[in-house]
Amino acid sequence: MSSNQPSHDDDHLVATEDLAPTVHGEKAVDLATGPARPGVPKKDPILVADHITRSFGGVHAVDVDHVEIPRHAITALIGPNGAGKTTLFNLLSGFDRPDTGEWEFNGRSLAGIPAWKAARRGQVRTFQLTKVLNRLTVLDSMKLGASKQKGESLLFSVLPFTWRAQEKQIEERALVLLEKFRLLDKKDDYAAALSGGQRKLLEMARALMTDPEFVLLDEPMAGVNPALVQSLLDHVVNLKREGMTVLFVEHDMHMVRHIADWVVVMAEGRVVAEGPPQEVMKDEAVVDAYLGSHLDQDIGVITGRYDEEGNRIP
Amino acid sequence: MDWGQILNNTLSFMLSTETIGFMLAALGLAIHFGYAGLLNFGMAGFMAIGAYGYAISILSFGFPWWAAMGVSIAGAVVFAVLLGIPTLRLRADYLAIVTIAAAEIVRLLFQTQLFDEWTNSADGLGGYHASFRDANPLPAGSFTLGPWSYTSDQWWARLFGLVLVAVAVLLVWLIMRSPWGRVLKGIREDEDAVRSLGKNVFAYKMQALVLGGVLGSLGGVVIALPSAVIPQYYLPSLTFFVWTALLLGGAATIFGPVLGAVIYWALMAFLSGVLPAMAGEGWLPMTETQAGYLRYVLVGLALMLLVAFRPQGLLGNKKEMTFVK
Amino acid sequence: MPPTTSFPERPCVRRPWHLLGVLLAVLLVALSPVAALAQGGSDPSQVGVDEYDDVVTVNIRYDNEPVEGARVVLSGGGFEAEAVTSDRGQARIGVPTTDPYEVLVDEETLPEGVTVTGDNPLTVSYGSQFFQPANFFLGEGERETTSFLDQFVERLINGLNFGLMLALASIGLSLIFGTTGLTNFAHAEMVTLGAIVALVFGVDLGWPIWLAILLAVVLSGAFGWLIDAGIWRPLRRRGIGLVQMMILTIGFSLALRYVFQFFIGGGTSQLPGAGGTKHQILGPIRLSTIDMVSMGLSLVVLLAVAYWLLRTRTGKATRAVADNRPLAAASGIDVEGVTRIVWVAGAALAGLSGVLWAYFRPGIKWDMGMQILLLIFAAVVLGGLGTAFGALLGALIIGILVEVSTLWIPSDIKYVGALGVLIIILLVRPQGLLGRTARIG
Repeated sequence: MSSNQPSHDDDHLVATEDLAPTVHGEKAVDLATGPARPGVPKKDPILVADHITRSFGGVHAVDVDHVEIPRHAITALIGPNGAGKTTLFNLLSGFDRPDTGEWEFNGRSLAGIPAWKAARRGQVRTFQLTKVLNRLTVLDSMKLGASKQKGESLLFSVLPFTWRAQEKQIEERALVLLEKFRLLDKKDDYAAALSGGQRKLLEMARALMTDPEFVLLDEPMAGVNPALVQSLLDHVVNLKREGMTVLFVEHDMHMVRHIADWVVVMAEGRVVAEGPPQEVMKDEAVVDAYLGSHLDQDIGVITGRYDEEGNRIP
Repeated sequence: MDWGQILNNTLSFMLSTETIGFMLAALGLAIHFGYAGLLNFGMAGFMAIGAYGYAISILSFGFPWWAAMGVSIAGAVVFAVLLGIPTLRLRADYLAIVTIAAAEIVRLLFQTQLFDEWTNSADGLGGYHASFRDANPLPAGSFTLGPWSYTSDQWWARLFGLVLVAVAVLLVWLIMRSPWGRVLKGIREDEDAVRSLGKNVFAYKMQALVLGGVLGSLGGVVIALPSAVIPQYYLPSLTFFVWTALLLGGAATIFGPVLGAVIYWALMAFLSGVLPAMAGEGWLPMTETQAGYLRYVLVGLALMLLVAFRPQGLLGNKKEMTFVK
Repeated sequence: MPPTTSFPERPCVRRPWHLLGVLLAVLLVALSPVAALAQGGSDPSQVGVDEYDDVVTVNIRYDNEPVEGARVVLSGGGFEAEAVTSDRGQARIGVPTTDPYEVLVDEETLPEGVTVTGDNPLTVSYGSQFFQPANFFLGEGERETTSFLDQFVERLINGLNFGLMLALASIGLSLIFGTTGLTNFAHAEMVTLGAIVALVFGVDLGWPIWLAILLAVVLSGAFGWLIDAGIWRPLRRRGIGLVQMMILTIGFSLALRYVFQFFIGGGTSQLPGAGGTKHQILGPIRLSTIDMVSMGLSLVVLLAVAYWLLRTRTGKATRAVADNRPLAAASGIDVEGVTRIVWVAGAALAGLSGVLWAYFRPGIKWDMGMQILLLIFAAVVLGGLGTAFGALLGALIIGILVEVSTLWIPSDIKYVGALGVLIIILLVRPQGLLGRTARIG
């Protein structure tokens, strides 16, 4: 796969390379307990899923036998359209119920647990189609994210003195995060007024307000203005540096290659391959399932983010 | 045409118990729709439960008036929970259909001969006023305040209603500027997003449904205080009149529902005086009865125009429009 | 209509069994200027005569002698009241409207070995000034008790008739929902419109009734086209949200309903031939000519609609749009054109169902459509929102359920069962009987 890499793509790589200069060296080496293959056990899994199936009208959208997500690492979930990536995301985060299956988060079963409880245990997600709260200000959206707020109980809400101090702390945290995500000057705007990329940033920042351990990002780069991609990548890499675990769905192989420590490949609802990014790209099952007849082209071209010349399509 | 009479009637209606009851019911709808995004088309059901709960407790069980109001509130809580458990997971338009159907079931059950012993079926209930009037702290006689001249008992019902409105406004203002209100507004915008942040969306919606339902029920009580309870009053159109009042004032505002109720009833009273009078003078090509129907046509048109051209209402913020979805 | 002025403060004297009630009543009767009238309430032969302007008088005689103590039940238009005849063999019952009512004598309360010789129940209708009295004559004879099975079959057929009529209205609503996503509350008024057009041409202008009904269907369809072109299409173009559109249809429904009242008033009018005598067809099945024509007409029209949906180009396109609007648009179907056809066809079908509803009730009233709107919703939701055949199935089930359920529950809450079904189906199978589950994500 790497031999197909167009050389004139390097311009773009330089920038991303800067973001995660050391990942290549440390990634993958000590994540799995054995050689890379679908369902390989991890040394320290944060999430373990077994026999998860979900079908819609007789079509198996997801049929995953066994998969483990390594802790303190960035795992990418890739696969062609209709592979069941988002459906798996919905199942793992409690937004949809599987027909069968068991999965554990930090050793505790999450099967049948509603989405909001899963989130409270430290597993937060974002959405493919960004869900911003249009008629809330950016700052209010952020504050909404904070967990364990006393003023969120109806009883205490009418007694402002019981929650005012906590509210102040939350606001400070929110302002720090907004600063980091370069949204501080937008804090009093309605979320509806933000651009697509800013919405993605806000959604991610809002998720971080919950103090998560495990962050699931559904296509964090989709529809984002190229100028903002850098900063988004930065943030994803930073999540790992701050001790969080990241699982993300992405089409763009350039990004996957440069920030992921581990890659899980899905096709037709199953996990067909997994392993460190460089190895997975060479896997024949991946080439068959994912690349199909486009073997001679770069995946960036296939997904429409790069043209034949390797230049980014705005 | 007697302008003085029409104007007098209009002013008088601005402080009628029906207007005050509408303020409470519209405030309840504001919690449901304006803040939580719940399409409750069954407010008439809550109002009926309030009015009947009050009247039946007094007539059949001999409760004092304040305990009867407690029954109305409890009835609204039970109805909201029964309605909410199955329906709060449904899509917005389904919720609308279920709530309107549930309200009709409530009305038909109050109207049927089956429970005639308690509800007096289609004839409705009256004569439950003594207990409330006994509690009247005002001296006997008639008092005049500006354009409003009522007897002591009439003032008592109105003042009581206005105190309820004031408490309700304060309560809604407090909770909507708290983190609780922030979660509720978040749910209105996108409940999945709020769910993903670890909030129990169902519990919040349920609390909102109960809270708004209780206000609707108290609205029903206030309207029934000086008058009678008749099942035909609680038709689905009652719900839509409350909606019109709410949208007139502004759905996601605190004072909008109060202002909307006043304007709605002032306009209705004004039109009910002026249209038949104009027809009587021969200025309108119709009979006086027809002119009486005309104002409801105008209500319908007003509702359409409001929704299409000023969805935020009179007091709403243009940016914080009521309908983004 | 809700009264807009204060209610009359009426003393409650119908609950003498309760001490407090009595006390309150005594107190109020003493205070009230209408005390004299109020006493009428305790006489079981005079029911609701003070509340209502119109009164139905019932006379029961046996061998020209008045019969005392016979229980009579009056019902119609959701109103029901009962009274017991006085020593003059007479009972008077106040009624809220001038619609026709049915008066039934409870034969159990008649003297031993005596039954009603004529029709029981009798239908009383409003003359020019007042109700014609309901005169029952009794004779000796075996009390004829209808067997449960016979009653069941009779109501089943009645329910089928009602269900077919509901189906005509439901298919239109369902197709409009399917193609535009709009929950149209004004569909009720499209039902009423058909009946009113038939009334104007068939009665006021005296044209032959078949022509009047044809015109009702055609003009209803034209109205559907008009409101789509004049209101809904411009609003769709402005990109107004579905919730907003739904509330708009409520405003439209209110406005139209009172426009109807403006023109035809608050009373009830009849189409020619309504409420005709019922003939014995087969065993317990008794149908009037109108019933038979109505059921036949519904069946033919429903078959035609089915043929249109299944076999014709535009019908197939309609189903495609109802199934998935964006996909249909992407595959080159003229979605706006289909939407227009659906509005015209839906309105025409609703108009026809309005005419049949006017015969079934019987009577034409300004809010007659609103009376069955929730049943139409129930039918559509039961079958599956947006599916035409689901609406047909749902309507038949709802129609039969409503009529047959009166075997066990009082007729004044017969709609409660249907509304309960509506709620339950949304909980356990929100996609309806014939709908499919949607894919999430």
